[in-house]
Amino acid sequence: MRLDVESAKKEIMRLINGEETFILNECVTCYACEEYCKKGNHPFYLITELQESKGILPAPKPIVKQWINMAIPTRKDTQYFPNSREPVISLCLFPEFMRELRGKLFEGVSFILGRHFYCQLAYLHFGKPSVIKERLPKIIENIARHGFKEVVFFHDECYSTFTSYANAYGIEVPFRPVHFFEYLYNKLKALEDKVKPLNVRIAYQRNCSTRLTPDKEQYLDRIFELIGVERTQREYDKEKALCCGGIFRGQQRYDLFVDVQRRNVEDMVKSKAEYCVFNCPYCYYTLAERVYKAGIRPIMLHQLCRLALGETLR
Amino acid sequence: MNKKEVHKALAEIVGEEYVSDSKEDLYIYSRDPGLAEPHEADFVVLPKTVEEVQKIVQLANKERIPVIPAGASLSLSGLTIPYKGGIVIDLRRMDKIIEVNRRSRYVVIEAGVTHGKLKAFLEEQYPDLCHSLPEAPPSATVVGNLMIHGQGHLAQQYGFNSSMVTGLEIVLSSGEICRIGSCALGSYWFSLEPFPIPAGLFLGWFGATGIVTKAGLRLYPKKKLRDVEVFVVEDPNLVPEVIYRVTHTEMAEDITTSAQPYPLMFRDIVMIQIYITGDEEEELEFKRKLIWSSLRDIINSKEGGFMTLAPNMKIAFLERPMSNITRFADVLKGGGFVYCGAIIPIDMFSTALKKLFEIASRNQVTFSHTGRVIGRGHCMMFSFAYPFNREDPESMEKARKAIQESYIATLEIGGIPWKPEPPIQRVLLEKMPRETAELLKRIRSLLDPNGIMNPGNWSV
Amino acid sequence: MSVDLRNVHRCFRCGWCKLPSTFIDYNCPSYVRFHFESYSPGGRLWLIRAWLKKELRWSDRLAEILFSCVGCRNCSENCKMRFKDEVTDWIIAAKSVAIEEGLAPPKVREFLENIAKFGNPWGLPRSQRATWISGVKKYEGDEYLLYLGCESSYLEAGRKVARNVIEVLEAAGISFGILGNEEECDGNEAYMLGEMGLFQELAFKNMKLFQELGVKKVLTISPHAYNAMKKYPARSFEVIHFTQLLYELVKEGKFRFSRMECKVTYHDPCFLGRYNGIYLEPRKILLSIPGLKLVEMKRTRENSFCCGGGSGNFVFDLLHGMESPARVRVREALETGAKVLAIACPICRCMLEDAIKDEGLEEEFEVKDVAEMILDSMKSR
Repeated sequence: MRLDVESAKKEIMRLINGEETFILNECVTCYACEEYCKKGNHPFYLITELQESKGILPAPKPIVKQWINMAIPTRKDTQYFPNSREPVISLCLFPEFMRELRGKLFEGVSFILGRHFYCQLAYLHFGKPSVIKERLPKIIENIARHGFKEVVFFHDECYSTFTSYANAYGIEVPFRPVHFFEYLYNKLKALEDKVKPLNVRIAYQRNCSTRLTPDKEQYLDRIFELIGVERTQREYDKEKALCCGGIFRGQQRYDLFVDVQRRNVEDMVKSKAEYCVFNCPYCYYTLAERVYKAGIRPIMLHQLCRLALGETLR
Repeated sequence: MNKKEVHKALAEIVGEEYVSDSKEDLYIYSRDPGLAEPHEADFVVLPKTVEEVQKIVQLANKERIPVIPAGASLSLSGLTIPYKGGIVIDLRRMDKIIEVNRRSRYVVIEAGVTHGKLKAFLEEQYPDLCHSLPEAPPSATVVGNLMIHGQGHLAQQYGFNSSMVTGLEIVLSSGEICRIGSCALGSYWFSLEPFPIPAGLFLGWFGATGIVTKAGLRLYPKKKLRDVEVFVVEDPNLVPEVIYRVTHTEMAEDITTSAQPYPLMFRDIVMIQIYITGDEEEELEFKRKLIWSSLRDIINSKEGGFMTLAPNMKIAFLERPMSNITRFADVLKGGGFVYCGAIIPIDMFSTALKKLFEIASRNQVTFSHTGRVIGRGHCMMFSFAYPFNREDPESMEKARKAIQESYIATLEIGGIPWKPEPPIQRVLLEKMPRETAELLKRIRSLLDPNGIMNPGNWSV
Repeated sequence: MSVDLRNVHRCFRCGWCKLPSTFIDYNCPSYVRFHFESYSPGGRLWLIRAWLKKELRWSDRLAEILFSCVGCRNCSENCKMRFKDEVTDWIIAAKSVAIEEGLAPPKVREFLENIAKFGNPWGLPRSQRATWISGVKKYEGDEYLLYLGCESSYLEAGRKVARNVIEVLEAAGISFGILGNEEECDGNEAYMLGEMGLFQELAFKNMKLFQELGVKKVLTISPHAYNAMKKYPARSFEVIHFTQLLYELVKEGKFRFSRMECKVTYHDPCFLGRYNGIYLEPRKILLSIPGLKLVEMKRTRENSFCCGGGSGNFVFDLLHGMESPARVRVREALETGAKVLAIACPICRCMLEDAIKDEGLEEEFEVKDVAEMILDSMKSR
């Protein structure tokens, strides 16, 4: 959307007043407005509430249905991990990473994962905040009954749910959410003598929900410094970052998806990045192939850290 | 029949180690992985050449012993079960890929060649050619699949696999070896037409009119790149329209459908898998855009949309053949499933789906549907599939009932049961006009006057 | 091992298990040999079920069907079901039931009895275990205990491999010793034949002896011994196959290779490859020899076609014949145009050398083990 300031002000007032505005149909749910609003007015949450109340779906109905059904716990999902102890990492809906979070950085770590621990934040992309409100209290209860004081969240959306989102909606969270960046940084610092600088140039792919909690990125910069990687100067980085485009595709905005991915990757290539570092699995799944075809190696942040410790990846 | 004498005669034909009447071998060859009742064979033989098949059939004709040709026996409809005993002829030792004519794009194979072997061979030796690969396990034989009018991944473009036959070598019930197509007139196997003997005298008869020992098969261009788009709708009534539009673009390689109650993300929706191929990324993107564009108004109405596939899902959809289909057999941890494949007009899709839900609910069974568009939407294969547990007679009975009802439902909606079990074959014969049934009877009598060729099948 | 044979009904007999992942040809040794569906993994499992449910009585044919499974694990590798890893275990468990009920064929019974009584499957005197080898010191706290194994102690083909490995180790200055006549069978074939009691007894004996001697690292000639010792419960020593150590030595530059122009194809042994995931080291050793051209057979690595010697068949050879797996494999090797068929297993050497003779291909190519290739390259200076 390209708007001048006056038009933008008009539309935001419509949102605040609960009126119809083209924003509700055009919003691609990239979360950027949450970061840009320095007043903490949560324009994105407002948009999603109105989308739902007015029956405006950002994505087709069967796609929304799939996403909602996907997270309904089944008999195979574990609700309680009796042997888990801190430090505990929540893997959300990404069990495939259990076999990757190994080595010196993850010694002695326990995991909780599965649908009973899914943060639900993705439903903001589908104009269904009610699903989050309905399910989140139970998710928090499932985590809390383990008695953890701190929980490390591998998935950025989880961290943002239990901090920014919960805070905005007055939902109590009886444990301290720790971002994966903070965990990685502290572990790396403790193993500093074993770190060998990688001396590579990396582009960092910023995921959408990170915009809810940008403060934690201080740890990211420290990690990069510690492991000896240079974050390339790019047009589409930090506040101006482009999202991976995955959700745009789900919203059937194919041309936008292609355009965003193309611009993003061209930007990475232009900056002469050797690696593209991801923190979000969904971004990785969506963008890694295009990145790879452009001659840049896609890699998850934890993998990069493990390389810096001389470990071999699968 | 004097079994000892027959055994000796068979051993003289194929060699002692390739004939058996041991209880163990008869046990296996008397049943298939479906739900059909077993019937014990008298012998199992493994010929290596068409001459050996000829001699076996001559012997069988003389002794009036039934012969049942078999590949991997994966029809799940009991089509290789010896209903009247006899000699099961396992053709899988005849597994030569005889010739590929690249320019005319055809391959000549023996009856025992598996789909997997042919696929692997072409990928290695002729990477720009492929054959139409069904979703059956790769151990299934190509000729076995032709005999049941199977459909592969090229069905949407080129029709049933049996439509791709360019020539056949058949051993008739008399033991005569017959060729039809251009191969009857020379060394080329490029075409059946305009030869006056149609392949339909043999294909679809499950060996009741002759044993196919060689086949010529069309090959098609194989592109370097392949991708899949999955369009999902909640309303099954939209499916025919979606298929109509996509087939109109002529951009898709394969179009399949699926619906199942589990996992939950698939519940209450229908997925239409649209496969595209190209030699360049641009070609792929061009096709993808045209297909998206053809469905734009359905997308804009929010009634349907394309899924974003996670990598593991995409890998599963692009696997050839898809092992997910086979894994359905373990849904009840019981080693089995059966399905009624119905060939139906596409506009009966939602009626068929509704029938499937009703049947599954009534019989309290879980189910799965997969479908494949044939031709540019001329019809489709719609499967009603039900898993069962071999250790649970109740689940087997439920699946049996469900499958019978599915066959009836197929007929009710104007479809044709594909590769029907003998009892359903009898229903079809009763249902068809008397004159048509008489014609089938006359053909069968002409080609199998002594009734030895896979009796129990297409018996009027 | 506790395996629930009650789940054997889950086999759908779909046939994925007969093939390698490339589908290029059938890959189940007994199915390739006999071609009856009964000899395929799915057919075998259905018959096991029928036998256990008393729908079929035990017979010589059933015995042959069961014990002709060489345990190559192609079926478990390629089965598409969630229970895939259990497929090989089910067959072993069925063999176990047959043995417990006294139904094992005489050849199998004899094989196991010989191991129990004489420490080797041929029933040859223990005193002959190490008499063929001289000049190799007995283990006395060396870095490695070189475990020869039955095949390398009693079979000429196996002895060749042992001699070559010993010579290479000496050339590299490695500290090692052998057990001599005190060596006990590793128990792998007992395990694969389902004789768990015997396997556990052998494991216990070996572990006790190794502990008494203070053994920290066991270097095996045979992948079968490597596989067996990996299974020993609560073992206090490391197990290494000779190709793993030789690869390390190659990397360290311990060998001075000369150029050796030859075309070689490598046969992956089941117990090194499919069972233990070791594919690279033998190849890297070969590729480090200058002038050596490594060509792959059509079925390679996890798709390797078994020589047919496993689960005791290198002794009782139920799969002999013109279409024996070894002969089929040798024909496949011939197609590569290689002059050397490289192996890393003494049983493979035995089976494949015999197959070359049976095929009349002695002039075409020969079998050599990986250690021998190193020696050849060193000696051709």
